[in-house]
Amino acid sequence: MNSRRAIDTQETEREFDRRLVLATQAGLPLDARPYHWLASELGVTPERVMERINAMLADGRIRRIGAVPNHYRLGYTANGMSVWDVPDEYIAAAGREIGALDYVSHCYHRPRKPPHWPYNLFAMVHGHSRPEVIAMVERIAALLGTRQQAHDILFSSRILKKTGLRLGG
Amino acid sequence: MDALDRRIINELQQGFPVCERPYQAIAERFASTESELITRIGCMLDDGLLTRFGPLFHAEHMGGALTLCAMHVPRESFEAVAETVNAFPEVAHNYQRDHHMNMWFILATETPAALRSVIDRIEQATGQQVLNLPKLEEFYVGLYFGV
Repeated sequence: MNSRRAIDTQETEREFDRRLVLATQAGLPLDARPYHWLASELGVTPERVMERINAMLADGRIRRIGAVPNHYRLGYTANGMSVWDVPDEYIAAAGREIGALDYVSHCYHRPRKPPHWPYNLFAMVHGHSRPEVIAMVERIAALLGTRQQAHDILFSSRILKKTGLRLGG
Repeated sequence: MDALDRRIINELQQGFPVCERPYQAIAERFASTESELITRIGCMLDDGLLTRFGPLFHAEHMGGALTLCAMHVPRESFEAVAETVNAFPEVAHNYQRDHHMNMWFILATETPAALRSVIDRIEQATGQQVLNLPKLEEFYVGLYFGV
């Protein structure tokens, strides 16, 4: 009985978290008491809303609460995806070093797809101009030294779509 | 965009409190008011300076799946292929890039199994091969644009 009840409780929590995600994925209410506003929308107490948001922050389902600026509008008009061919034995250390640079916004290990795609480390670099981004990428190349066998920069020339991530309703 | 807008943009990229009056708590740091802050955030969203304000979810930790896909699309069919790809609701972002691989998009689905089927359908609809480049390890994700 106890374990059954525990499972029911867990499912209820999951259900509630999903409703909370659906209620906030378009944004946090611009209301003086946004969590109270959500609570009344969802039919729970404000404490419940804040407790579940804190739980999702703690377990990483929410990365953070905050604003995402349109980086083009802020003058970061040059966006280079730098891609690197790094031998597998160096990738973890190289990824951490590059990810720590303040001009890198994302850094991932991804698979090579020979013969079409030889690169396995991706680092997004943002700057105010292409020469600035190229100089930043050269600094990464110097940092990696002989640990990289080849690299390239793919500049974005156009945003074709940007809707963000949405759960279905 | 004035000095207060810039301070708000910088501050709100670093987190937002979970408490009864969070806007008030942030506004106090600027010697501003709760209502001023709420109005400014609303204006910056309407104006497109901010693309989003709220919880930023981690798709994989939510049980969903994400991947980065690349395609080579011939110049003469680029616009038509972009339209076909963008029509898939699972395509969250799509960028044109200056490279032989000239179309790069993020797919987001509620389950990992759904990714493969969406990729198959995109290949069928466009007649182009899709390179599936899922992340194997995330070293850093932190979007901070100082102004």
